[in-house]
This record gives sequence, structure tokens and C-alpha cells, in this order.
Amino acid sequence: MHMSDKTTHANGVVSRSSAEPWTPALIQQEVDALKDKPGALLPILHAIQDRFGYIPDAAIPIIAETLRQTRADVHGVISFYHHFRTHPTGSHVVQICRAEACQALGARHLEAHVKERLAIDYHQTSRDNEITLEPVYCLGNCACGPSIRVDDDIHGRVTADKFDRLVERLTTAPLELPS
Amino acid sequence: MTTRIYVPCDTTALSMGADDVAARLTQEAAARNIDVQIVRNGSRGLFWLEPLVEVETSTGRVAYGPVEAADVTDLADAGLFEGEQSHPLSQGLTDEIPYLKKQQRLTFSRIGITDPLSLDDYRAHGGFAGLKKALSISPQAILDEVKASGLRGRGGAAFPTAIKWQTVLDEPEGQKYIVCNADEGDSGTFADRLVMECDPYMLIEGMTIAGLAVGASQGYVYLRSEYPVAFRIFKTAIERAYDAGYLGDNITGSGRHFDLEVRLAAGAYICGEETALLESLEGKRGMVRAKPPLPAIKGLFGRPTVVNNVISLAAVPFILDKGGAAYADYGMGRSRGTLPLQLAGNVRRGGLVELAFGISLRELMEDFGGGTFSGRPLKAVQVGGPLGAYLPESQWDTPIDYEAFAAFGGVVGHGGVVMFDDTVDMGEQARFAMEFCAAESCGKCTPCRIGAVRGVEVIDRIRAGENSEANLELLSELCETMVDGSLCAMGGMTPFPVQSVIRHFPESLKG
Ligand SMILES: Cc1cc2nc3c(=O)[nH]c(=O)nc-3n(C[C@H](O)[C@H](O)[C@H](O)COP(=O)(O)O)c2cc1C
Ligand code: SF4
Ligand code: FES
Ligand code: FES
Repeated sequence: MHMSDKTTHANGVVSRSSAEPWTPALIQQEVDALKDKPGALLPILHAIQDRFGYIPDAAIPIIAETLRQTRADVHGVISFYHHFRTHPTGSHVVQICRAEACQALGARHLEAHVKERLAIDYHQTSRDNEITLEPVYCLGNCACGPSIRVDDDIHGRVTADKFDRLVERLTTAPLELPS
Repeated sequence: MTTRIYVPCDTTALSMGADDVAARLTQEAAARNIDVQIVRNGSRGLFWLEPLVEVETSTGRVAYGPVEAADVTDLADAGLFEGEQSHPLSQGLTDEIPYLKKQQRLTFSRIGITDPLSLDDYRAHGGFAGLKKALSISPQAILDEVKASGLRGRGGAAFPTAIKWQTVLDEPEGQKYIVCNADEGDSGTFADRLVMECDPYMLIEGMTIAGLAVGASQGYVYLRSEYPVAFRIFKTAIERAYDAGYLGDNITGSGRHFDLEVRLAAGAYICGEETALLESLEGKRGMVRAKPPLPAIKGLFGRPTVVNNVISLAAVPFILDKGGAAYADYGMGRSRGTLPLQLAGNVRRGGLVELAFGISLRELMEDFGGGTFSGRPLKAVQVGGPLGAYLPESQWDTPIDYEAFAAFGGVVGHGGVVMFDDTVDMGEQARFAMEFCAAESCGKCTPCRIGAVRGVEVIDRIRAGENSEANLELLSELCETMVDGSLCAMGGMTPFPVQSVIRHFPESLKG
């Protein structure tokens, strides 16, 4: 079952540093490139999120029409999967592993520390728009927990100190704003 | 003379700073005018030593670990580039490290030794010998070899692989599919990830052989989105395999055809269940399908489909090359061959341990694992992922064997072993089992969808000391309802960890 609280966002202006701003034409481009694959919907949703950082509402009618599905179907698929986001994120997405092997090494403690340090809960973005926080259930790094993922990098043996240093590095690095 | 230095590139090595170590080694060598070639190999799976740097010498590869970037200058001063073994981080010859030496690596024979993306390395270490054999015999003969191996599915349900394949082969000719389940959702498991990151051609070879056996010309790998490194490496491996003629419509000039594509999942545990996985591959919500029909008869897009775990398919090249009997030589009872066990959680020496079935859980956790990471007493161990029971000490002498575990309501599953020390709050673990099910249920049946939510509430009440006795009884009934009334193992097995806490750690459920 999916909780409906996808990422809430402070102002929705700045997206991930790697993400571009979307336009209907660009979305159509991504859809057209993949529409003939069997079972094209997930690859299309991934492509859109990879490029624009999230799946804008405006993508739903475009996908639905191209794939000849109902908007409700497309929406239903997006909401089923934890990975897909319908709101922009901060410059970075930080995922904290909440699964058992990391729990055995203090993931619950780390989770509490992270929420306090960033002053946000899961599915929220920090006030400075730098970091969106998400839960994740296992990153396959279970022998070196607690583990977290920052964008596409996995970090192991993350202590509260190590996390603070990481955040320090993320937020002081020059921010690439989408042009 | 060029010195060859190995720095692993798998997720765990990277998570512990392997890229920084590789960069520092390059700088340090340049500063000392030493000619080195840095190879980014796969991981040996000795994760407590990552990043594990190896230096090639005339007597074999010498290991150093765990190496941090800050250690590199010191290591170089102590003769790392010459393979000197005096530094405290020196582990001696890699092949002599007991953790590795005591293993029986059939499937993982190449990992950590080769550059994962090098086809030359793969061939030099026996790669594609199984495919060559498969191309020279009939589909039924391939299948008979798999049957002789006694291989049972490594994804959890332990169903005989050959029977599944036979069903698909016996269906009329036409579009058939090989689907590899790389959703690896169980906490404490990383064997699939290691195959895809460290020996990707082995999986490609195994899937191709499966395709030849059942008459399927299209394969899909359904890979979890939590594995970005595996996705990157495996995608590149597929491209290179196409370029070299190991995939496509004329495999190694044989005229035989097999296409392969990797698809990313999207963060839903239930999509590891094979029918939910097929729905997801078709572009739908990952709702579990009622069986029958079996996927082997009506699977992907309604066509006959083999769905196998990564490790099942990765075992196939060995079986074809060395023969089913060679594989069946290992193991005990009806559990034939080897199982890649994964030591995780609060463990001193975590990593991948491939062994024949039959070793006891205690030997595994003590001899290999070396006890807990914290140094505190071990309290409980969860085998087989989030749907597996928590085992108290009285059960640690059980041999790793499907039937021996089933005898007390345990599961071997995908071979994940998650250790907890005595600071664990078992009541919290029971609560998490229900919480996870509530978050991940596909929603199709009530006992699972609603039961899990109720389960969390009831456990909270018990732990708060509200009407503990009555609520404990309610919890037990709820567990039974879920076990009996759920369509799939998500709802049907979530009670196992909960019941094991009620039974073996009752004090943790007192308010
Ligand atoms: C809730 C649930 C999750 C599962 N997750 C996985 C998984 O992540 N990987 C996997 O190989 N099998 C998983 N399975 C088992 C599959 O349904 C199926 O049995 C398996 O892919 C068959 O391959 P095998 O015969 O090679 O094991 C899961 C089953 C259930 C009920
Ligand atoms: S038991 Fe749970 S996950 Fe399985 S089919 Fe029913 S609702 Fe879906
Ligand atoms: S838990 Fe499903 S979207 Fe947040
Ligand atoms: S449990 Fe956290 S990485 Fe696997």
C-alpha cells in the first residue's frame, strides 16, 4: 500500500542539479523514444523522472494519449511505485536505509539524527532546498551498514558525524542551477 | 615493468571510498615514479576488508584492507607497490585468506578476480564454455543436465528449476520469454547484486542457455532501482556482449537467436513476487496474479515464461560446462549444490560466503562471521529476508538446508543472514515486520492489506502496556488470519517474524 504523501516541496522552483526544466514537447520526445517497447510505461516514467527530476502532472495526458491508456491507469501506475515522484526535489535526494540489516547497526538512531539535522521528515525538502529526504528499504550494502544513498552514490558505515560531514560537502559545493 | 593493482568497483567497495583510494594510489605511484596499472576489479565479497586493494606479485595477489585514502602514503612507504606484507593492513596472499579459502565457489569462482566488463578476462576464466556446450546439444539435453544438477530456485521458493523449464519447453513453439528476477528486495542480501556488478557475463550466459533450452528468444532482467551501480555495469555488459556477437540473432555464429534487455523496477518490494513482477514488466501496477495459470504457461504478455532468480540462472553456465553431476556432488539431502550465503547486519566479517548446503548457522556466524561487529553477544538472527523468522540461540545449530529450516517454520530464502546483538529490541523488530508489510502490500487481499495495519496498532498497544494479555491474543489470531487468508507470501509470511518474537522473545513484548 502506498502512502500518498509523496515529496512535499517548499516552493517548487529549484529542481535537482542534474534535472532540466520540462516542457510538453520535451516530455513528448521522451515518450516517443520509448513508446514502441513492449510494456513501455515504466521505461517512459523512468526516462521522464531521470531527465526532469520528477513526473509532472502534465506528463500524464501526454503518456496516456500516446500509449492509448486512460489517464487514471497512468496515474495509478505512478502512485503504485515508491520510486516515482510527482513533485520536484531539492538539489540532492538523500535516502536512508530503514531495513533490518541496517537496523541491526543503528539505522533508527541515524534516521532520528538525520531528521533533526535537516529539520524535516521523510518526503520533505530542507528549507534551503538542498536536500529531499526519503526512506529506502535496502541498498544491497547490508554488510557495511548503516547505509544511505545520496543521488546515485551509496555510502556505508554512516555515523551521525559522517552524515554531517557529507551534508556539509553537499551544501557547500557550488550549486548548479538549471539555466 | 608495470605493476598491476586491483581496486574493486562494486557498490560496497565504492560505499567505503574505493574511488578515492584508486585516485590516491595513482597519485602516489606517479610521485614515486612507479609504473602501475589500476584495474577496477569486482569485489571478492570480503566486505569487512573493503576497499580491498590487491597487488599482483610473482607469488600471487597480495591483499591490503580495509584501505582508506588516508592510508595510501603509509602503505606505499611500507612497500605496497612491491607487495611487501609488513603493514598492519596487509592480509597476505588473497587466496590464502581463510574466509575465502574455506569457501566452495562454483558460481562465484570469478568474482573479484576479473575486470567485470572485460570479455577477455571472462573467457580466460572459463566464461562461455557452458554456452558452447549448450549450442552443441539439443534443448532436452540442456534441460536434462539442469535436472541432474538438482538445482532449486535460489529466489526463495526453492522450486526445481528443471521442472519449470520443462513446462515452458513443452508448450507449443512461439514467443516465449526468459525473465530474470533481479529485484533482490530482502534486507541482508546482495548476491544478485554481486553477480550483476562483478560477473555480468555469467548472467548473460546463463539466460542465453535458458533461452536455448526452452526455445525463448527474448530475455528481460528486472532489476531493482535501488542498484544504480549494477544497472550501469550490467547495461554496459549487454552492449558489449551484443558487439562481440554473444547476443543477437546469430550467437557466436551459430544461427541461434537471443535478445536481452535490462529493465529498471521502481521501488516496490512486492514486485519481487514473480507474477507482480510480470505485471510490472507489462507496464502495470505490481498486483499479484492468482495462480494458476502458472507463468510457465501464461506469463509475460500471456506467453510461456521462465522466471528465475539471478543466482539460479548464474549457476547454469557451470552446470553445462562441468555437468549436472558435478554440481549435485555438493550439498545435502534434497538441497544440492552450493548456496551463496550473505552475512549481514551486526557482523564482524560480513560478506559473501558460497558453500555447499549443510553448514550450520552457528559455524557460519562464528567461523566466518567472527561474531558481532559491536563485540557484544549475539541475540537473534533473521534468515531469509523480512518474511523470515527471528531465530534464537536454540536454533543456531540447524544446518543450512531447505528442509531442515522448514521443519521449524524457518526459511533459507535467498540466503541472507542478518545478525543482531543484545541491544536489539525484539518488540520493535516485530512491529517493523508489520509496518513493512503495510507499506509494501499490493493491496489485493484484505488480511494482508488491513491485517498489517492492524498488526502495527496492536503491537503498539501491547508495548504500551494496554490490555497486554488480550491484545497479545488478538495479535496471535491476526497472524493466523494473515497466514491462512493471504494470496501470496507477503501477507502469508509476514507473521513468521512476528510469531517468532512472541514465541522466543516474549519478554520484549511486555509494556
Ligand atoms: C513478497 C515476495 C517477494 C519476492 N522477492 C523476490 C526477489 O526479490 N527475488 C527473487 O528472485 N524472488 C523473489 N520472490 C520469489 C519469486 O516469486 C519467485 O519464486 C522466484 O523469482 C522464482 O525464481 P527461482 O525459482 O529461480 O527462485 C519473492 C516472492 C514473494 C512472495
Ligand atoms: S498477500 Fe498481500 S501482497 Fe500478496 S497478493 Fe495479497 S495483498 Fe498482495
Ligand atoms: S510510501 Fe508510497 S509514496 Fe511514500
Ligand atoms: S539493509 Fe540497509 S543496505 Fe541492506
